Amino acid sequence: MKGIAYVLAALVVFGLAFWAYRENYATQQVLKETRGLQRQIGDAQLRLGVLRAEWAYLNRPERLSELSQINFDRLGLLPLRPDQFGRIDEVSFPPAQDPLLPITNSVDVSTMAADGEGNP
Amino acid sequence: MIRTPLRPLARILPAREKGENPDAIERENIRRRHAEMQDRARVRAEGRLLVLGLFFLCAFVVVGGRMALMSTSEPAEPVASAPGAAIAMQRADIVDREGRILATNFETHSLYAQPPQMVDPIAAAQGLKQIFPDLDEARMIKDFTGKRKFVWIKKRISPEQQQAVHDLGDPGLLFGPREMRLYPNGRLAAHVLGGAGFGKEGVNAAEVIGVAGIEKQFDDYLRDPANGSTPLTLSLDLTVQAASEQVLAGGMRLMNAKGASSILMDVHTGEVLSVVSLPDFDPNDRPRPLLTGDPSDSPLFNRAVQGVYELGSTFKIFAAAQALDLGLVSPETIIDTSGPMKVGGYPIGEFHGKNYGKLSVKDVIVHSSNRGTGRIALEIGSERQKAFLGALGMFDPTPFEIVEARGAQPLIPKRWTDLSTVTISYGHGLSASPMHLAAAYATIANGGHYVSPTVLKRKGPQYGPRVMSAEAAKEARQMLRAVVTEGTASFGDVEGYSVGGKTGTADKPKPQGGYYDNKVIATFASMFPTNDPKYVLILTLDEPQIHALKEDRRTAGWTAVPVAAEMIRRVAPLLGLRPDVDPQRRAAITLTSSN
Repeated sequence: MKGIAYVLAALVVFGLAFWAYRENYATQQVLKETRGLQRQIGDAQLRLGVLRAEWAYLNRPERLSELSQINFDRLGLLPLRPDQFGRIDEVSFPPAQDPLLPITNSVDVSTMAADGEGNP
Repeated sequence: MIRTPLRPLARILPAREKGENPDAIERENIRRRHAEMQDRARVRAEGRLLVLGLFFLCAFVVVGGRMALMSTSEPAEPVASAPGAAIAMQRADIVDREGRILATNFETHSLYAQPPQMVDPIAAAQGLKQIFPDLDEARMIKDFTGKRKFVWIKKRISPEQQQAVHDLGDPGLLFGPREMRLYPNGRLAAHVLGGAGFGKEGVNAAEVIGVAGIEKQFDDYLRDPANGSTPLTLSLDLTVQAASEQVLAGGMRLMNAKGASSILMDVHTGEVLSVVSLPDFDPNDRPRPLLTGDPSDSPLFNRAVQGVYELGSTFKIFAAAQALDLGLVSPETIIDTSGPMKVGGYPIGEFHGKNYGKLSVKDVIVHSSNRGTGRIALEIGSERQKAFLGALGMFDPTPFEIVEARGAQPLIPKRWTDLSTVTISYGHGLSASPMHLAAAYATIANGGHYVSPTVLKRKGPQYGPRVMSAEAAKEARQMLRAVVTEGTASFGDVEGYSVGGKTGTADKPKPQGGYYDNKVIATFASMFPTNDPKYVLILTLDEPQIHALKEDRRTAGWTAVPVAAEMIRRVAPLLGLRPDVDPQRRAAITLTSSN
């Protein structure tokens, strides 16, 4: 009986030793991976920082205003004016669901001759 | 174990025969047995003590050994715990109120040389001269061929320059990593940001320290690694700041001014949305301070925060507001502004020697009458005036959080005589920075509470102690509105924004005493919209002069006011402020084709 207990105890010790050995190597492996990942995170953050800086540099107000001047023909951007604020009642309701009539006899229109009162 | 019987017959029987007591034999045997048991117990106890002692010895040896190992080993960060904490070791970013970057970091390299390792020092020096034309070739050759073992060549180089130095191929030219502070918006908000430089420098790293502005004020916060990922959020708004700088630069050029400054401040929170001082500089390449001449001529000088000026008639509203608050006058009370008026032996005159006669308090402000304000101030008395201006923060440097603000100590008279009371009531004899004026006007605008100007983002109103009643503040606002609609600041009316404000034109003091008669500081202190003020705008032009209507004009009404109006027109929509006007009519259409 005692002999069996000794053998079992020895086997348990062997087993634990083997388990500890494996855990040790598994831990070292995980730490290595963690270091690798953290290096990657660090690199990514560094890259992110550079990209953010570049984004801020490319979006600096000075450059944007120059670009809007260069591309004025296409974009026609001007500084925001007070009279560009609208009221909610100026927004028209969406058109009714009836289908649009086909345009058959089109006319050109212009605002050049308007008198400011809305009369032609 | 063989137990010895206590009463062995072999001994008892002979003892009985001899007539001895057999109990003595038993006692003797019991004694012996006890002695034996004691011996055994002692040996066992000694053994246990030994084992315990060994155990403690081992334990102490292990603890001591571990301590020795730890004290001699290189420190290392725990790898598995606290993800990310190991990375953010750089200076925190600075962002505007919407999170747009104002200052960030950038990885670059420094260049140094180790002459003993150099293969061809002369060629290396010639090559470096071609890459960096600003270096001194003769000096480099001297350094490289001399006895020096280490020479710094450049503190910051770009990746292209680094590649070019690599291509020289000299093993004695080496690079060290450098973290550099980058201000991607260039000159924008240069005076607030200040700048950063290198502190202690090593080959592998250098300390980045703030040298001015908010970088210096919050240096500890920005350098704390715990804050590496939490940027410092300012109250500035990038777009508003950019628009203000553009308008002010244009205005300064148009008005032929030497310098200009503007402050836009939220009247309820004290947040400064834009603060401009021109001329400005690029914080990426901060110029050196002037060694000769007036430091206020340097672009580094922050006119909005550092410069203390006599701000002229903009102070008149404080006398009026206080008199209203004390119940001494109402806006309609008539004040005699006719001359001559002498205080302490000095005559008090009006602009261009005018005489306005009898005016109501409101008209005293609208026409900017020196004598009228002086009479109101005399009625208030010097003690009360002093206490009021003190409550408006006029006697101490502003709490604005950039390092330069601490130096802006207002200049106040040593003895506060009646003459001082009168002159200070119209803004002479007391010098304060435009930031002081902004805080004081915000008090009138928000209904009487002092707010301390701040460059950090705040949440909700930050009212300080009450300085004047809400009623007095409201009447003062109506007067300021009248200044724009019918007084000296008529160019300041911006349709829809109900601007109110006060002009101030102060002669510049000569360094040797007295005043220049052709150099002024023109100030327009305004608030908008006056029916429910949200913002205060202080705009100052240094030595403006224009020629209009056949006359050289320097007064604020002709110089600072139009610039301020343009600034409000540009900036108010950006602030999301809806104008109080009818929207533009829709464009009318006209038939142009005939079919």
